[in-house]
Amino acid sequence: MTSSSRAATALLLVGGVLVVGLASLMWGARDIAPGEVWAALVHPVSGDTDHHVVRDLRVPRTLVGLIGGAALGAAGALMQGVTRNPIADPGLLGINAGASLAVLLAIAGLGVTSVSGYVWFAFAGAAIAALVVYGAASLGWEGVTPVKLALVGAAFTATATSIITVVLLTDRQTLEDYRFWQVGSLANRPLTVLTGVVPFVVVGLLLALASGRVLNALALGDDVARGLGQDVTRGRLLIVAGVVLLCGSAVSMVGPIAFVGLAVPHLARALVGPDYRWIVALSMLLGPVLLLAADIAGRLVARPGELEAGLVVAVIGAPVLIAIVRRSRGIAA
Amino acid sequence: MLALLAGLVVVLAGSALMLGEFRLSLGRVLGALAGADDPSAHFIVVELRLPRLLLGMLVGVAFGLAGALFQSVLRNPLASPDILGISQGASAGAVAALLLGGLSGAAVSGAALAGGAVVGLLLYAVAWRGGMAGHRVVLAGIGVAYVCTSVVGYLLTRSEVQQAQVALLWMTGSLAQADWSAVRLLGLALVALVPVAALLARGLGLLLLGDDLAAGLGLRPELVRAGVIATGIALACAATAAAGPVAFVAFVAAPIARRLLGDGSSALAESALVGVVMVVGADVVAQHLLPADMSVPVGVVTGAVGGPYLIWLMATGGRRTT
Repeated sequence: MTSSSRAATALLLVGGVLVVGLASLMWGARDIAPGEVWAALVHPVSGDTDHHVVRDLRVPRTLVGLIGGAALGAAGALMQGVTRNPIADPGLLGINAGASLAVLLAIAGLGVTSVSGYVWFAFAGAAIAALVVYGAASLGWEGVTPVKLALVGAAFTATATSIITVVLLTDRQTLEDYRFWQVGSLANRPLTVLTGVVPFVVVGLLLALASGRVLNALALGDDVARGLGQDVTRGRLLIVAGVVLLCGSAVSMVGPIAFVGLAVPHLARALVGPDYRWIVALSMLLGPVLLLAADIAGRLVARPGELEAGLVVAVIGAPVLIAIVRRSRGIAA
Repeated sequence: MLALLAGLVVVLAGSALMLGEFRLSLGRVLGALAGADDPSAHFIVVELRLPRLLLGMLVGVAFGLAGALFQSVLRNPLASPDILGISQGASAGAVAALLLGGLSGAAVSGAALAGGAVVGLLLYAVAWRGGMAGHRVVLAGIGVAYVCTSVVGYLLTRSEVQQAQVALLWMTGSLAQADWSAVRLLGLALVALVPVAALLARGLGLLLLGDDLAAGLGLRPELVRAGVIATGIALACAATAAAGPVAFVAFVAAPIARRLLGDGSSALAESALVGVVMVVGADVVAQHLLPADMSVPVGVVTGAVGGPYLIWLMATGGRRTT
């Protein structure tokens, strides 16, 4: 694939992001015409219900979808690259489990029940989990290998899940709050949640964009990568740092939605080929499209109620993923 | 290594039969098993503790084998029935039966079996293209798994919280409902499936050398692969129907067995025994070492103990095994 056709694909996706962004502002429990959306954004009239819905409900929600989707997509691409495993998702390092455990303890122990209260617990839990997993995987004389990272991450997830299960089985009130956080949703996230997390996402996205070269080298195996002059350990550490920032902020915003990060890199790979510099960039565009499309679909199928984006995303994403997998010939890693 | 694991199983089985609210001596347990005239010991051992122990052992064998089969044939240490949708399909079936149908007992097991089987067939339908290439099975499975997880999440958030807790308990995996009929059913399934796994083991070993070499030795790689995957699915479905998707056993039994052996073989027998040790050991811990009023299901302990143990193995182990 030539780089001009890749650029065309990327441009097309930017258009896609804008389209779903606009659709997300327009559609929902009440439909609002594009002209009215524009008016609400540019010169809002206080007291106008449509303007209130657009500015206070749909704008934050759309921004959460765009930023969270970009973070999840990029984190998934980094994760699959660094573990060389096509079924790695951003939650694999134990990040989602760590965040979930922290949120659960916040609900059960401290009585926190609002989304903006969950944010920093989720973030801290994600970071601690990643540190523990990376630390444990770097012990032993081989140092960090993709297989060890994957297995230690899964083992950490199982441990955290067991603790979560014990708490949920003994504490009904906590289950009441936790089950709604746990499916993942874009609704009712105040803008303050967003502004707190955005700096981390920006740093994470920059790290992701910078790691394309290292990922390309790592894809050839550690020995070849070293032969090409890459500092494998440092590269891997930076990539994991990027995953923690991106996935930690995404989980704290939308809950543990791992599917976006799993499916999007495969879609990107099918579009632009095996070059990780492009896969990472395209994943940042495909993530928001998938996540927001799922959110919009969830608002439309159950009107006037809605389905959480975390529930819808796999239902519309899995057929796409499976179609790609069926088409591809070689190993999709 | 096999002898060591078998010894461990015997010790665990002994303590599972001896320990409990009425502590029995080894002599009375053996007497009850041999049919001595000791009605109270007979009731406690044969009617209460033995079915639970046997069900735990059978579930351990089934999950351990299923995990080892999947991971070796797909050559992916993350590929186990609890990642590839079988457990999630069974959970979706069981949770739907519990929450939508208001069913309980054997009907839930039936629904779990149906859910797992549907996912298994779906896997074949979408991944088959003149054969079951590893990466197609793995990715198709994980896609299906996420869809099933969404269904479960939907059902859990749209139900009464008490009912949600019942469903959660089922999804954790528990041996508390064990009785002789469950033991017989799973036992029959294993009598059919374990020999098949044993027959496939040689082909599986050759597949590890690569498709070309295996074909050169007179094997049909695609056929062996399809057979191994079908056997793994059937084992996982049967065990999940009997006890729920006991967390993590299928996933870690084979990596632990391989670490203990220190080689790259598919380690089927060892994985099955590690599965037994995990399930029976976890059930002993859950019943007797933790506070009785918590009534912790076995699936919690397998995850809480198996997870750190695998991390420890990874952090201290020296040899490349995968």
